[in-house]
Amino acid sequence: MALFDHTIKTLEEKLHNKEINVQDLVSASYERIQKVEKDVKAFITLNEEQAREKAKKLDETGAGNEKLFGIPVGIKDNIMTKGLRTTCASQFLSNFNDPLYDATVINKLEAENAVTIGKLNMDEFAMGSSTETSSYAKTRNPWNTDYVPGGSSGGSAAAVAAGEVLFALGSDTGGSIRQPASFCGVVGLKPTYGRVSRFGLVAFASSLDQIGPITRTVEDNARVLEIIAGHDAMDSTSANVDVEKYTESLTGDVKGLKIAVPKEYIGEGVNPEVREAVMHALKQYEAMGATWEEVSLPHSKYAVATYYLLSSSEASANLARFDGVRYGVRSEKAKTMEEMFKLSRSEGFGEEVKRRIMLGTFALSSGYYDAYYKKAQKVRTLIKNDFDEIFQKYDVVMGPTNPTTAFKIGEKIDDPLTMYTNDILTIPVNLAGVPGISIPCGFSSEGLPIGLQIIGKPFAESTVYRAAHAFEQQTTYHQKQPQLGGANK
Amino acid sequence: MAEITKEQVKHVADLARLAITEEEAEMFTEHLSSIISYAEQLNELDTENVKPTTHVLDLKNVLRKDEPKKWITQDEALKNAPDKQDGLFRVPSILE
Repeated sequence: MALFDHTIKTLEEKLHNKEINVQDLVSASYERIQKVEKDVKAFITLNEEQAREKAKKLDETGAGNEKLFGIPVGIKDNIMTKGLRTTCASQFLSNFNDPLYDATVINKLEAENAVTIGKLNMDEFAMGSSTETSSYAKTRNPWNTDYVPGGSSGGSAAAVAAGEVLFALGSDTGGSIRQPASFCGVVGLKPTYGRVSRFGLVAFASSLDQIGPITRTVEDNARVLEIIAGHDAMDSTSANVDVEKYTESLTGDVKGLKIAVPKEYIGEGVNPEVREAVMHALKQYEAMGATWEEVSLPHSKYAVATYYLLSSSEASANLARFDGVRYGVRSEKAKTMEEMFKLSRSEGFGEEVKRRIMLGTFALSSGYYDAYYKKAQKVRTLIKNDFDEIFQKYDVVMGPTNPTTAFKIGEKIDDPLTMYTNDILTIPVNLAGVPGISIPCGFSSEGLPIGLQIIGKPFAESTVYRAAHAFEQQTTYHQKQPQLGGANK
Repeated sequence: MAEITKEQVKHVADLARLAITEEEAEMFTEHLSSIISYAEQLNELDTENVKPTTHVLDLKNVLRKDEPKKWITQDEALKNAPDKQDGLFRVPSILE
């Protein structure tokens, strides 16, 4: 059997009717990995022995009311998994083989008896937009292996797109779920800030980070969010807001939905093919009874600078914990305490991580704090106000997820600023703390996927999912499969 | 226009507990200068009366009772340590 041909729901039925068992499902996942992983390189660590053992156990006990019973999942490697190596794609944590606890999201998946297939590649400490800053491997885009899968959750998006797992968890600080989902032609949601517990997510920028699901359909995505969302006493920034039944919001009906389309999201710098696909999608929404108008988010162009100052500042503080004392790799050359800190960090961190720590330390340092860090915090308020204002009149904001389709491996990695500005359409969403999803809305002439971004009000994931699902019902982009490692069917 | 010097970059590296080579210092000087120059565009905005955003949720202090809970054992805490001795983390001497 091929995972490609199924969703969580269809597999649930097959398992229930005993057409397949969990061991078949887990075998299908590892067989696919065996077949395509040499081209895709989505995983850092596989969990095969434990996964097969668990599958056997699940087949013995049988399904109860679990919502993800036996479903193969891949986990981004910055999410803590007890006893399963967690590296953040960094050499610093290359020996972190035995994490002491599971992240809250992992506990929740375990409670529904999902099966963890392995840990997925990413940009080192989630700092990057192409998964090229990983110190383990360069993950490739399943639609064309000369291209990047996006990042930082590039392994998560590629593994789902290549049919290696049914779904994956990623994390999104400035677009790290939505942009790779867009590049790989899958569905990726960044929930409202505080919707999902960050306990056990290795912190990058704590005021922006969120964990979210990457799936092949909107319905699967809604089902996973329903499970991982919710307040958690272990994360004081998680919101005490009821979790809705997101799957019940998928009515297919968007009549009367008011869509705002920021002119900044479809203007200069947006590739014509991407713009055309998005305009075509908007026509589709019109045909379904929704209305759209062009609006302005006037502070959009300041989002990238704001984001890099704030996220790097937060990162410079968060990454201070990697000191070579309690975990990770300590430099063998260190003779003094000071050398232990400096050499362990310098040998363990890659160039991009060092660059962000340097930028953040600079922005927070005496004499520069007001001019850079505090200034950026104030501009963040203006960017958030832009969204607040638009959401008084409209239900959702739509535009491209990314100004372009996937770029070639090696094309942007030597020019940090160009790489940073690539995230201009996803970053404002994190700064404002609102939810955003990327769904497939077309293909470029080169056959690379194009993503439509749908942004909602705080905690209005239901509306975002309803809009995304209605479009998916009317289109077939999500059914197309990359021809990788031979024909998929 | 912010001009960042190599000396500043070395100072920042020291603050961040990073040992950088001369080549890295040069590279970071160039990169940080271009990123900071790009960030100067924020000065186009008048933010005199704008309040800074630290968190998007309207969170006040989140408090809980200070009660001891079972979490990890000493052995577990030391399990991933690069160096340990007698139930403690071991580090190089800080005294000559």
